Amino acid sequence: MSAFNAIGENREVEREEFTPGIEPQATWCPGCGDFAVLKSLKGAMSDLGKSPDEILLATGIGCSGKLSSYFESYGFHTIHGRSLPIARAAKLANPDLEVIAAGGDGDGYGIGGNHFMHTARENHDMTYIVFNNEIFGLTKGQTSPTSPKGHKSKTQPHGSAKDPIRPLSLALTSGASYVARTAAVNPNQAQEILTEAIEHDGFAHVDFLTQCPTWNKDAKQYVPYVDVQQNDDYDFDITDRKEAAEMMYETESALYEGKVLTGRFYHDENRHSYGSEKRSVGEMPDEPLAERYHDDDYEWERSYDLLDAHK
Amino acid sequence: MTQELVWRIAGGSGDGIDSTSQNFAKALMRSGLDVFTHRHYPSRIRGGHTYVEIRAGPEPVRSRGDGYNFLLALGDSFARNPQEDAYYGNEEVKPLAENLDELREGGVIVYDEGLVDIDDVPDFEQRVEENGWHVYPMDLRAIAREHGREVMRNTAGVGATAALLEYDMEHIQGLMEDRMSGEVLQANLDILQMVYDEVEEMEFSHDLRMPEGSHDEEQVLLSGSNAIAYGAIDEGCRFIAGYPMTPWTEVFTLMTQHLPEIGGISEQVEDEIAAAALALGASHAGVKAMSGSSGGGFALMSEPLGLAEMTETPVVLVEAMRAGPSTGMPTKPEQADLEHVLYTSQGDSSRVVFAPGNVAEAYDQTRAAFRIAYDYQLPAIVLYDQKLSGELRNVDESFFDREPNPDLGSTLSEEEIAEAAHHASGKFQRFQHDPDNDKGVSPRSIPGQKDGRFLATGNEHTPEGHISEDPENRVAQLSRRRRKLESIREELDAEESSHQTYHGPDDADYGIITFGSQQGTVLEAVDRLNDAGHDVRALGVSDMMPFPDAEMTEFLESVEEAMVVEMNGSAQFRGLIQKELGRFGPKLNSLLKYNGDPFEPHEVVEGSEAIIEGDEPAPTTEFVPAAGD
Ligand SMILES: Cc1ncc(C[n+]2csc(CCOP(=O)(O)OP(=O)(O)O)c2C)c(N)n1
Ligand code: SF4
Repeated sequence: MSAFNAIGENREVEREEFTPGIEPQATWCPGCGDFAVLKSLKGAMSDLGKSPDEILLATGIGCSGKLSSYFESYGFHTIHGRSLPIARAAKLANPDLEVIAAGGDGDGYGIGGNHFMHTARENHDMTYIVFNNEIFGLTKGQTSPTSPKGHKSKTQPHGSAKDPIRPLSLALTSGASYVARTAAVNPNQAQEILTEAIEHDGFAHVDFLTQCPTWNKDAKQYVPYVDVQQNDDYDFDITDRKEAAEMMYETESALYEGKVLTGRFYHDENRHSYGSEKRSVGEMPDEPLAERYHDDDYEWERSYDLLDAHK
Repeated sequence: MTQELVWRIAGGSGDGIDSTSQNFAKALMRSGLDVFTHRHYPSRIRGGHTYVEIRAGPEPVRSRGDGYNFLLALGDSFARNPQEDAYYGNEEVKPLAENLDELREGGVIVYDEGLVDIDDVPDFEQRVEENGWHVYPMDLRAIAREHGREVMRNTAGVGATAALLEYDMEHIQGLMEDRMSGEVLQANLDILQMVYDEVEEMEFSHDLRMPEGSHDEEQVLLSGSNAIAYGAIDEGCRFIAGYPMTPWTEVFTLMTQHLPEIGGISEQVEDEIAAAALALGASHAGVKAMSGSSGGGFALMSEPLGLAEMTETPVVLVEAMRAGPSTGMPTKPEQADLEHVLYTSQGDSSRVVFAPGNVAEAYDQTRAAFRIAYDYQLPAIVLYDQKLSGELRNVDESFFDREPNPDLGSTLSEEEIAEAAHHASGKFQRFQHDPDNDKGVSPRSIPGQKDGRFLATGNEHTPEGHISEDPENRVAQLSRRRRKLESIREELDAEESSHQTYHGPDDADYGIITFGSQQGTVLEAVDRLNDAGHDVRALGVSDMMPFPDAEMTEFLESVEEAMVVEMNGSAQFRGLIQKELGRFGPKLNSLLKYNGDPFEPHEVVEGSEAIIEGDEPAPTTEFVPAAGD
């Protein structure tokens, strides 16, 4: 008998089940884009019939990091920039868990940039949602890695001299096998994309354009977006790295010119996830390691049996 | 009287000094002797002077001993790289020249005349005469070339050692047969024979012979790093994440060799922040997990460490100290990270820190660290250093014949979760502070278990895991987390086998206190002091946090004066004693050493005698009186 009976219940799950029983007052500002992420995540999980008990949501620090407080599941509100290494280890320890990591653009592309690159490279089977509001929200409006060049803030009073980071391109070149961008202003697309990302077997990166009306009033997330999959002008092969890369480049440049292109940009269904690669070379047990601790019949190896080399 | 053998093999880094000495140590152990090794090597991969010492005798050997009595000087083959001359000068003779200071009077020298030109060794003839050394030049390189390859001059050197000490060559041959086969084996066996025949022709002037001993049972030769890895495996650890850094790498690589074979997972990751975070993630998901590093890498783990404390996520971290600050001296031991490990990370901490004093303790205390981490849901740290990490010592094999313990400690099953306290909304009370629970532990659930949902957060939180700045809740949660340390202390005090080591007469006037890897050296020094008519007792401390207040108080009350021996320049351990106990300052003196070499027994003896008699300490060590003097 499994020690984790909540996993794979396969029942109908109402969206409301993801609302915490004791509602902590959401401390996001009125009009904050983060509400949309919460809503679309609930919708996606409900569409997929996931039980709150089989989900682990690891978040970073920032307004975005508070997602785990307002979403009912197992949660880990970690430290600034570190949701990915915590999430990916949990997935290795128990591959049956549905693992989601989330955080802001400062959290994910700044302080956690190294983890982003490496988690994408390893292609862990998980979904990473980055709330991209082009600003540090929680610490009151400093320039972030996605703020446009010339962006003025208290920490860059002369206007930022740095080009913004290109998160989609970075995810692709690092090795993510699913890369998409969506926006808070389009909840239907957001929910569809999150559903697809969660279902995807590999590292799914979703750059989620959110607005921060408090600190970043002129962010272009409010302008009409274009869904590249629904627009004939943007015909490219989503499974082709090169075409996807070109599309991402165009998208990322256009964003700062006031044109918001969203949609799926890369989807590789053939690349094996890290867990299956690790299993195939014998670096990881076939059944979830976490289950083993509950199996009374399992024979635990002792160091005593390994000592021959030392005699 | 049986003489002990302290054999030193010296050569170039990368010349196989390490593996040769390990095999010789094993041969000595197999023939019934107790052995102890000490490694000295530079932070350089090939070339550069390196040596390993093996001390062997019929009685248990606890430390390196003072100096040595047999030198096998092989020469540094990599020193002949002409491009390096500019940087390193003539290193060829260093294996002979650099080692003479510590060679005891009447000692034996075998050197490879194929590589070492005696004329380049300063004052050699004169020093030989003054010290009554016995010198046997042999062309080890030529012998090796003749029967195999030049690298086999190590074998020739070991053969020469054995022949000169009239040691039964069988043990060495046996080891070779276990490890090699075919042509390589034959070449090595031929070299041994050749050397043996050559030595038979020679006239001996020395009277040093291999001591004889016997063991009642099978022995294994382990380093501190080996023991930590095996302790972790036996305690059910099946997940490790790390990033290489000397000397922690040794634990990491040994675990990585074994874990996949036995159904575990090892991850080499992008940095130490990630490494510690992965260990937390795996533990959160219900696996026994560890990570670790050395000074600088451990500094990066500071924030995840605090997160483990706040979220009450069990985890074991190991910290292998080397000389600092910063990257310091990568291959040299020091005990100067004690305060770093005790106090790093923000806030009021609740963590456990053990500092094992020898190989067997490293195994035991690693197991204890896991048990306590999972029972009490906090991070436990095993603090050791480059010395303990690399030194080899023989231990009874039966010592490791113990039950594995995969128990996850205070973790609930789904049935128990169903019975456990839930909030009216249905949410599991993961962090409840039940006033009747004096241990401070609040049982946990694991993601995937039915109805055990909770939020682990590094912010202060309510029993359900929601972020809270409510003052009453804050006090209740923080007090509960701190209370765990008190319960752990009680548990450790009550344990039959205390982690502290006492040595010497109960009613001694004078005490020596030390921690971690200096324990064996201090115990040996105490024996010598007592033999010399002093009245001394030693306390080797392993529990750093929670601190063994009661034991330390009792010890310090029992002596008139005490000396604290530690390998750092700022008397960190003595500071800890004073901080924890708030008195005894006037009774304490420090003996410090921080030149990159561990203490030798004679330095502790001389230091103690100097304090007792008011003299100067040994030149490499330093006295520092405590505040209050
Ligand atoms: C190590 C560390 N450095 C700095 C901080 C302070 N801090 C908290 S949130 C944050 C920035 C958050 O910005 P972003 O990730 O864009 O998220 P947002 O608040 O906009 O959702 C910073 C710098 C911290 N908590 N930890
Ligand atoms: S500061 Fe910005 S990101 Fe944070 S909650 Fe307010 S609107 Fe949202």
